[in-house]
Amino acid sequence: MSKKNTHVHEPLFHIVKRGSMVWWRAWLVRIIAVFAALVVCGLITVLLTGQNPLGVYATMIDGAFGTKRRIWGLAQNVAMLLCVSLAVTPAFKMKFWNIGAEGQVLIGGLATAACMILFGDKLPTVVLFMIMIVSSIVGGAIWAAIPAYFRAKWNTNETLFTLMMNYIAIQLVSYFTYEWSVPKGSGQIGVINGATRAGWMPTLFGHPYMLNIIIVVVLTVLMYVYLNYTKHGYEIEVVGESENTARYIGVNIKKVIVRTMIVSGGLCGVTGLLLVSGTDHTLTRDLAAGRGFTAIMVAWLAKFNPFYMVLTSFLIVFLQKGAVEISTIYSLNASFSDILTGIIIFFIIGSEFFVNYSIKFRESKKEGV
Amino acid sequence: MGTAAIELKNITKTFGDVVANKDVNLTVNRGEILSILGENGSGKTTLMNMISGIYFPDHGSIYIDGEEVVIRSPKDAFDHKIGMIHQHFKLVDVFSATENIVLGFKEKSGFNIKRSAQQIAKISHQYGFDIDPNKKIYEMSISEKQTVEIIKVLYRGADILILDEPTAVLTPQETEKLFAVLRRMRDDGKAIIIITHKMHEVLALSDRVSVLRKGEYIGTVNTCETSEAQLTEMMVGKKVELNIQRSEPKNPEERLEVSHINCISRDGVKLLNDISFTVRSGEILGIAGIAGSGQRELLEAIAGLQHLNSGEILYHNPKTGHTDNLRDKTPMQIRELGVRLSFVPEDRLGMGLVGNMNIVDNMMLRSYRKGKSFFLERKAPKDLADRIIEELEVATPNVNTPVRRLSGGNVQKVLVGREIAAAPTVLMVAYPVRGLDINSSYLIYNLLNEQKEHGVAIIFVGEDLDVLMELCDRVMVIGSGKITGTVDARTATKEQIGLLMTSSDRGDNNE
Repeated sequence: MSKKNTHVHEPLFHIVKRGSMVWWRAWLVRIIAVFAALVVCGLITVLLTGQNPLGVYATMIDGAFGTKRRIWGLAQNVAMLLCVSLAVTPAFKMKFWNIGAEGQVLIGGLATAACMILFGDKLPTVVLFMIMIVSSIVGGAIWAAIPAYFRAKWNTNETLFTLMMNYIAIQLVSYFTYEWSVPKGSGQIGVINGATRAGWMPTLFGHPYMLNIIIVVVLTVLMYVYLNYTKHGYEIEVVGESENTARYIGVNIKKVIVRTMIVSGGLCGVTGLLLVSGTDHTLTRDLAAGRGFTAIMVAWLAKFNPFYMVLTSFLIVFLQKGAVEISTIYSLNASFSDILTGIIIFFIIGSEFFVNYSIKFRESKKEGV
Repeated sequence: MGTAAIELKNITKTFGDVVANKDVNLTVNRGEILSILGENGSGKTTLMNMISGIYFPDHGSIYIDGEEVVIRSPKDAFDHKIGMIHQHFKLVDVFSATENIVLGFKEKSGFNIKRSAQQIAKISHQYGFDIDPNKKIYEMSISEKQTVEIIKVLYRGADILILDEPTAVLTPQETEKLFAVLRRMRDDGKAIIIITHKMHEVLALSDRVSVLRKGEYIGTVNTCETSEAQLTEMMVGKKVELNIQRSEPKNPEERLEVSHINCISRDGVKLLNDISFTVRSGEILGIAGIAGSGQRELLEAIAGLQHLNSGEILYHNPKTGHTDNLRDKTPMQIRELGVRLSFVPEDRLGMGLVGNMNIVDNMMLRSYRKGKSFFLERKAPKDLADRIIEELEVATPNVNTPVRRLSGGNVQKVLVGREIAAAPTVLMVAYPVRGLDINSSYLIYNLLNEQKEHGVAIIFVGEDLDVLMELCDRVMVIGSGKITGTVDARTATKEQIGLLMTSSDRGDNNE
């Protein structure tokens, strides 16, 4: 009726919460966001470098898929990032801010490297692998269980605690890389058991990364089942959603926190194993390469669904690889790739706003639905 | 009648797909009290939020003294002399009444706390408020805090006052005092809007009543020309039978015996002070009291969620004949003892249910541990969910809808349904009809009565004294963690219970 009140100062638009969105429309919004991000990236590229944006994108794709070697590298990196993401998921689903995945991976890697160096030529392969697997899992699990226990027992802040554990892990690895360095005192371990290949993951179907990838695929399925179809997964969800409800139904919250962090840390340990024994065949301080932090983003973007995480970790790795390629080819500063990655992630996260809210304009215009 | 102080024309507001208000028309005159009556979710608060600048209407216009105005923010509303007293107070605890009242208010003549204090004293005197301007908020009772909120808007010169459910937290005596103040303000020429769903208050206080139903404006009637039955019909849309069928308890047996329990908080406050009582099978024991008098701690202590400093909670098992002490047992241990205790807590989505989980997953909260398997079994919970949706007429798209998407009444049906499905021998419910519409409320009362007839011992913590007296067999009153009296619900009067509610150490702020 009264549409004539546009002459008074009605606000130009206001923000309205949506009830819920059909899934395909939500995905449409997200896809549009990615395209919008690419357009903005293109503009920035032209403005800053004067290069043809299409050429830049082509370079990105080439950087990720250009050669067989690159595709394998991409798949391997996706698998490793995905593995850490799977590891942090139960913790974050429980609203336990485990930002110590970096350290837990390092400890897993350290345990693996220790086994390879100390027992590499002394034990039969099967036994060696058994010890490597167990010690890497136990290492990561202990590293995660310590802050979990303190949180459960004395309600300490797990964010700070897990973060501090990272630095301890880094220093430990530094110490041992010096201790085991080849040649002595160089501060670098170099390739472990390069001649005997003891403790190296076997090559499957003719490719060294194949076994890594298969293991992570299996873990993805297992984690999905663990979170959605087991009593443990159910308890994790209840504790994460509402500790009061967990108390009300008699869940032992302390036990669930410690148990879940053991799972989370143990899986981080496995990633350390895959990185040392299956990828690098050495141990450095940069073993985790920031994956412990990137994984948090991967998990959140995927809303803690392990299958969506395959997509989100692929997206992130693709962006990283592509951006690095751009900086090399066009001899740009390495931070340029970070700028592009940042823009794209900003758009992806920002798109969630439009999934949850809509903007309504003033009466005289059409209603934005 | 005076001039129209505020007039709303065709106000519409939607949130997503939900229409909160649709073409609402409303007029309030100076020197009158208008009640806005409607069930929960009928759009009363949304409408008032648009007048006070919190929301902006999608369509329609607002006139003040005959002139069209645009209210975009609470500041705009205040410039038009509109003041709203919210359900949840917005006061700084460590400040005094005076400091809270002047806080954030830019006076043209500069800030002078002494002059402000005088001004406040003048307002208090004029309308008969009973308040010490130097008292700190944290020392105040709820009714005093409310008084501070009202003086705050008067101090800012408001002459259109909106009160959102002001009596929800007050005792009958405090309510009477508030009404006296409101009448004085009316006689002073102010326009007052009061949001409520309590029928007898509407009839006692207001001059006219406007009724909303599901966001739609139904009509306005003069209070002197209407009746409870007519208003209810306008509110619900059909005639409803407002009787609770109370039966006599059948072979009551002692089921739960609480004896001398004490609970002291970390700051040394006695939350529960030497509480003893017995609950019998086939009986509804009502617990009345001002909110926060220890009701929650009492129920949680029985449910095994609250540590006690002393005392015993004895359960007489009807099957085995054994007596078990439930004190300081965890909910798990209580269940392992074979005690069939169901508990509908006050905080439904924060304790009784998990808002983001669907109905099926919420059904198995209590039972998911059954069996040795590592995996969850969702078949039985699914069947239970289907049964509850059908029997209690839960309005939901399907069983996979997260419960937070359901309306308050349907959330409560899911929770009560689950707790009753466990075939309890003791059933504790806390404020089970808070926020529910009339039909859902009566459905809950009937469910409780049905359980009572099956011989369940029921503890009912409620806030509406009329309901407590109609539904329960005995009403126990607690104040500041202490039992102040137990009365027979069939013979007690509301005044009697009201006095018991304030009779402990709160003597300073009543009468």
